[in-house]
Amino acid sequence: MNALATPPKNFEVKPKLAANGEELGELLEVSMGPHHPSTHGVFRMDVVLDGEKVVKLKPVFGYLHRNHEKIGENISYLANMPYTDRLDYFCSMTNNWAYALTIEKLAGLVVPERAEYIRAIMAELTRLQNHTCLIGFFVQDMGALGTPMMYAFREREKILDLFEEVSGARMMCNYMRFGGVRVDVNDEWIAKTKKVVADYSKFLDEFGTFLTENEIVLARTQFVGVLPKDLAINASITGPMLRAAGVNYDLRKVDKYGIYSRFNFQVPVGEHGDIYDRYMIRVLEMRESIKILEQALRDIPVGPVMDPKAKLRGFRPKAGEVYGRVEAPKGELGFYVISDGSPNPYRYRVRPPSFINLTILEDMCLGHNISDAVVILGSVDIVLGEVDR
Amino acid sequence: MIDEGLKSELQKQGVYVTTLEDLYNWGRANSVWPLTFGLACCAIEMMAASMARFDLARFGAEVFRPSPRQADLMIVAGTVTKKMAPLVVRIYNQMPEPKYVIAMGACAISGGPFKQGYNVLKGVDRYLPVDVAIPGCPPRPEALIHAIMTLQEKILAQKLTGPDRPRHLNADVASEFPVPAYGPHDLEPPKNDAVWHPTVIKR
Amino acid sequence: METLEQIKARLEAALPSAKIEVLANECAAGERSLLVDAASGFTVAKFLRDDAQLKLDYCSNVTGVDWPDKELTEKIKVKQVVDGVEKEVEEVKKNIRPGYLEVVYHLYSMGLKHGPVVLRLRTENRADKTHLPSLTPLWRGAEFQEREVYDLYGVIFYGHPDLRRILMWDEFVGFPMRRDYIAPDDFEYEPTPHDEVLVEAKKHYPAEPKAEVKP
Repeated sequence: MNALATPPKNFEVKPKLAANGEELGELLEVSMGPHHPSTHGVFRMDVVLDGEKVVKLKPVFGYLHRNHEKIGENISYLANMPYTDRLDYFCSMTNNWAYALTIEKLAGLVVPERAEYIRAIMAELTRLQNHTCLIGFFVQDMGALGTPMMYAFREREKILDLFEEVSGARMMCNYMRFGGVRVDVNDEWIAKTKKVVADYSKFLDEFGTFLTENEIVLARTQFVGVLPKDLAINASITGPMLRAAGVNYDLRKVDKYGIYSRFNFQVPVGEHGDIYDRYMIRVLEMRESIKILEQALRDIPVGPVMDPKAKLRGFRPKAGEVYGRVEAPKGELGFYVISDGSPNPYRYRVRPPSFINLTILEDMCLGHNISDAVVILGSVDIVLGEVDR
Repeated sequence: MIDEGLKSELQKQGVYVTTLEDLYNWGRANSVWPLTFGLACCAIEMMAASMARFDLARFGAEVFRPSPRQADLMIVAGTVTKKMAPLVVRIYNQMPEPKYVIAMGACAISGGPFKQGYNVLKGVDRYLPVDVAIPGCPPRPEALIHAIMTLQEKILAQKLTGPDRPRHLNADVASEFPVPAYGPHDLEPPKNDAVWHPTVIKR
Repeated sequence: METLEQIKARLEAALPSAKIEVLANECAAGERSLLVDAASGFTVAKFLRDDAQLKLDYCSNVTGVDWPDKELTEKIKVKQVVDGVEKEVEEVKKNIRPGYLEVVYHLYSMGLKHGPVVLRLRTENRADKTHLPSLTPLWRGAEFQEREVYDLYGVIFYGHPDLRRILMWDEFVGFPMRRDYIAPDDFEYEPTPHDEVLVEAKKHYPAEPKAEVKP
């Protein structure tokens, strides 16, 4: 095997030199993580500091690499569904949807109308709770310990109750199936969801009052961690980060998967690409999600929730390959599956949005203080289950 | 030991008598400081347990400390991968005695759904002594609260003297464990035989 | 968007040295792909990115796929003389298709909002000639994903700025996502072993004491 004979170190730290070669002082190498309260899990960044300024930053991954893809190739298509819950463990519903959508593309299954509506409702609820929690975490990274998180988690619990009622689990819903969803929702559930959605804008107003024009938030986020538009496209950045950089690219509008073409909603696009824009985009996206939810809950038709042709046990799609993607709250979540006609996928690959969004972490952090690097990382919105898989 | 009958008789008279052991354990049990140590999915439920609805503070265990030097309890919340395992052991070694470990979730107990993975440690008990294990994937916040109450009962029952006294009062017992090294295929050693005692099932 | 045949024709006109093949895909979605030889992989990708009609500025997904040596059986009818009579006998001929590693790129256009164009590059074999051009200089989004393919499959990308292991530790030997990778044996204790795990676990069971023979 031709593995590199001597593994290269992340980088070498050399003393800082003046123009005449005189040593000015030492650079400091700090290993932040994998056990660090503000790295959102077991993420590690090796940072070189000049005083407090970041002069080099290399992310180190793999502390939660639990072999999702290898396991996926050794179990059946259906058995993989619960594993997708554990990718981005905040958004199990959108993960389920992305995987189900991919396999439906592979096998040519048609999803009934009602199931499409339920899926859209679940995905938008997921987006609401993900963005809410993210803002809680990210304000915590700026030093507001505890309190914003308390409010964010209070709202999240309300949405998790809805998930639990319909799927039986709070976080790991395992709710969608190829060709539909596992169980139908009842009218009582729809009424409850309508109430949660109706109350959500009030909560957003309240959250916004404290944060959107907060002096500390403005000082810490405006013109910090700026991501230029060209770099964002070239580095395959997706999701709210891309739109904050000023690119109008939302898969719900581009691919129009599911029934998103029927809803009237807008895609918020940022201007500066700094942290504040990323925060604002998420707040505005939540407002748009509420609009989608209101329309979906109003229009949901009656009917079956599973494609009668869909076969769950002994499912063997034809040989071929497919790439399916959805707009998950963190960006483009894609699944690439090669089938060889057997009950297990031959190749099963996840395109994790938060992993790829970290590509430009160094570019955004250079020249900023180490305390800003924490906030920049917070604004990327990573979940390590998805980054390392 | 004080006679139970006498103790209750004195209490009726407004005199509260206790032993140093009870007092000491009572204080320790009701002020467990857990380590902010999230590994994977279970960490979110751990956070939820300390947040608004479930409110772990009611049981005296809400002071999550980011530094192992200030913590008494390590909640191993999530999958321990082989890449992470040496760091978990090192963080445990950095915690001062008395210290306790809760293995939260199926992954921390045995590898759980990811057991077949090449990079997944099949249970944190291969390297660390686990006091309480919570099944579930992920366990609900209530389950974590129950585990903390179980741990409190365990602490309350500890004898401070005698041969059964806890590890931190016995100078002969090591409180640190060797940190495994990264090998070419697996961790070296793959398990710590001094700690790991799997149940023997007769087949 | 143009069809793959049109893209192929334009590519061949622009880059005569490139060997391009359109691969079929029989599943319902039918996304076909372009197989490009490793030597011209970079120039083809650059053409796809910079071409005004395609403008594939967004490299969404980079994947490694392992195709180990495969035994292909072929039945050939051979005339043989058996017991003085000429007969047609079927003979099974076995061919071994040499294995290779494959890297798949899914390219989209953010500006023109179309895609995907699936680009595939193949290595010569799986053992020592696993070199491919890196497309990270064209799309930075491929940087970590190519590192991941290197880490898990062992494809060596030349031109990659920082090719190191990314998910496994640096001391690790071997490429775990390859299909012939053997995971370390740590099945010493299994509460409910079955199937393959049972076979593995049995190796660790203590030898059963022999039944005492009654005199």
